[in-house]
Amino acid sequence: MVGDLRDQITEALKGHQGYYVEVRIEEGEATRLSYRGRELEDVGRTTSQGGNVRALVDGGWGFASFNDLGDLREQVASAVSQARLVGGESFRLAASASQVDIVGPTLKSDPRLIPLSEKKRLLDEYNDVLWATPLLQTSTIGYGDGRRRIIFANSEGSYIEQSRVDVTLRVTAVARRNGDVQQVGMSIGSLGDFGVVEGLHDEIKVMAERAVAMLDAPTAKGGEYTVVLDPILAGVFVHEAFGHLSESDFVYENPSMREIMVLGKRFGGQHLNIVDGAAIPDLRGSFHYDEEGVPAARTYLIREGVLVGRLHSRETAAKMGEAPTGNARAIDYRHPPIVRMTNTIIEPGNVSFEDMISDIEEGIYAKNWYGGTTSMEMFTFSAGEAYMIRHGKVAELLRPVMLTGNVFQTLENIDAIGNDLDMNQGGGCGKAGQMPLPVSNGSPHIRIRKCVVGGK
Amino acid sequence: MIEQLLNLAQRHCEAAEVFSITQESTPVRFETNRLKEITTRSSQGVALRLIKDGRIGFAASWGEVSPRALVDMALETAPLGAAAHLELPSLLPYPSVEIYDPADVAVETMVQMGQSLIDRVRQNTPDLQCEAHIGQTKMTVDIINSQGGRGHYEKSVFGVGIEGTLIRGTDMLFVGDSFSSCQPIPDFAPIAETTLEQLELAKETTTIKSGQWPVVFTPRGVAGALLSPLLMGFNGKIVWQGASPLVNKLGQRLFDPRLNLWDDATIPLRPGSRPCDDEGVPSQRITLIDQGAVAHFLYDLQTAALSNTQSTGSASRALTSLPSPASSTIIMGEGETPYADMIANLKEGLVVEELMGAGQGNVLGGEFSGNVLLGYKVEGGKIVGRVKDTMVSGNIYQALANIIAIGKESLWVGGAIRLPALCLGPLMVASKG
Repeated sequence: MVGDLRDQITEALKGHQGYYVEVRIEEGEATRLSYRGRELEDVGRTTSQGGNVRALVDGGWGFASFNDLGDLREQVASAVSQARLVGGESFRLAASASQVDIVGPTLKSDPRLIPLSEKKRLLDEYNDVLWATPLLQTSTIGYGDGRRRIIFANSEGSYIEQSRVDVTLRVTAVARRNGDVQQVGMSIGSLGDFGVVEGLHDEIKVMAERAVAMLDAPTAKGGEYTVVLDPILAGVFVHEAFGHLSESDFVYENPSMREIMVLGKRFGGQHLNIVDGAAIPDLRGSFHYDEEGVPAARTYLIREGVLVGRLHSRETAAKMGEAPTGNARAIDYRHPPIVRMTNTIIEPGNVSFEDMISDIEEGIYAKNWYGGTTSMEMFTFSAGEAYMIRHGKVAELLRPVMLTGNVFQTLENIDAIGNDLDMNQGGGCGKAGQMPLPVSNGSPHIRIRKCVVGGK
Repeated sequence: MIEQLLNLAQRHCEAAEVFSITQESTPVRFETNRLKEITTRSSQGVALRLIKDGRIGFAASWGEVSPRALVDMALETAPLGAAAHLELPSLLPYPSVEIYDPADVAVETMVQMGQSLIDRVRQNTPDLQCEAHIGQTKMTVDIINSQGGRGHYEKSVFGVGIEGTLIRGTDMLFVGDSFSSCQPIPDFAPIAETTLEQLELAKETTTIKSGQWPVVFTPRGVAGALLSPLLMGFNGKIVWQGASPLVNKLGQRLFDPRLNLWDDATIPLRPGSRPCDDEGVPSQRITLIDQGAVAHFLYDLQTAALSNTQSTGSASRALTSLPSPASSTIIMGEGETPYADMIANLKEGLVVEELMGAGQGNVLGGEFSGNVLLGYKVEGGKIVGRVKDTMVSGNIYQALANIIAIGKESLWVGGAIRLPALCLGPLMVASKG
């Protein structure tokens, strides 16, 4: 079937001179197991087969997605005629050498080789751990693994086949006393490694006990604090507070944003280095080629506190006169690729955690995440776990806190960067209706002065 | 195909159900004030749920799949699956719900309407950068099962939305509105008007001191910040699980006695409406809050059976997962205070149109907390300007028991949910400086 499909794609791309056309065909399969409370609630297997065609004629894009792979030529014709209708000022995509390549998935421990009953046995064990916790009200466990195989070809001669296998696990423990409900979650993921979801019994136990402890924990008093973020939450912070600003589709046609994001501008102290790249191997945001066939790279966004780069698709790169960075991604064949992050990291500094908190009279230590979002100027993110810092020491447990701030001020207000880089692989990023896109983010502990915390 | 799949599945199990959806949509998208992209999306998917030896098996596919492969996948999962408590519905009469309009709006018309919407909004604020989307979707849904149940409907949804960004230095203002209907929307003027009004109210920027202040949530503010934690509490599955703060509270007056909330999938022309739910159970009006009292929860078949009650026709499913209870068309009853009076009666407080990040905290516990992305300060009964860098936090179970006023006018927010404005008794407001 593959050989046949390749011929069909090649055939469909013929005869389109003077403009740009690309075809993506995708097939996938996924397995899912979920528990609600003591019982397994849902086990299912799914498959998918679909594709899309994207065409650029003059300045306008046409896009057609479909499940029926029957007539690719027809789909190409439809995308081209839509693009013509859009029209607009003509431009050329930034150059990217055409690629012919077939790459298999990164597989440390292939989840597809593990029988469904084995996966269930592991999750049963986790559920037993959860339910051994006194006062636990309920819990959820959601496990999923899936493989996607994507064929990409364009009218410039590229033909790329890529596969990826994703594994995700999310566990939530819920404690309730009368109308008071507290929850703690854990979210884990990997690129092709079932091993990361194994052996989590102890962590899950601690997590469930914390959900119960939160019922007796106080709510933080709202206001400005010195806040220390653990590597997981700092990773969410760099993703929300700076990563999205670096996505050039927010910038390229917006004169005011171009002024804000001018290269060479200082955003933080000398100690601040931020990098994004799918070429950093074996992480959830890693791949060989992006969805426009551009090879994965590693892009410094901030070096020694100064803006030095940004994330591009071939269009945004062309319009800003910069080089593509391999950041055009789509969640699946239903969507056109847009500029996205991959693996986003604050590089480690040299401050130990003890030194970081030692001179804080009253502050907050925020760990773990519920979620985060940004408006570009302002960001919010919520910590799943928080403690007061008093007299240089981590003190009492708090209920989860929400942090917010102005992106630009907050980056300046980072005054310490730890030496203990860790990656958060459990997140999925949402943008323009495409969610959850596998990404990872990471950081060492960081300290932020004057951060607004919501609360009582 | 779906009959063939059902027949094949039936031969291997006690009961089976096939859900299929076919969808075509044509969104056009504007970026930085001009047309950027025209799209067509066509999709077909089918899901099979079966009960074998008393357990639920499930498989689904987008795109081509052989009935044999799908049945095999579902049979593979069944031995591990949940014990089946549900009984699939037989052939039932459905209410007639107007949700389909055969009219096709030409792409050229959508393009022209989108451009004039953007031009109208930018007339007085040329620096505003606008994105807009206009699109039409038509779908066909079938649910058939081995008990003779046959649900079928066609639905059309026409939607429009605009988002404007105004940047001054690093200061950013976000405005915009959206609407949707099962019929083509002939006039975008109301959407332009809302956006222009937001621009007007946000012209001046001011500050609010940290502390406890009364907060007016506009209908959009209620939709964005308060509704999802509230509806989570009424989800029968979460109630059954014991994780809802409303467990054992049926009949109790937990909310302000003026508060009424219901779910009604039979309301015509709303995108969430349909004659039957995703398990083929007829749609009906379900009262959730009756004069402040907890009246009913939302159930699908399995959750209802586990809870010793009836499905409320609230099953909803993404193709690739089992059905689960969800709301359809939600309506909050109107109150008696005109919006203008609500503001005029405020000595000092806050108006919230959009709270960023509101759904991120302990939603299950009813908590909401977010940064005021679009909101205004009220002083002496007048809106005096926009506030920024400000966080509003609260718990819906406390806040909705402590309502100062409910708006007399209500709005179809996004075309999908009908809500009045709410003025809530002092909430924690934390702001910079």
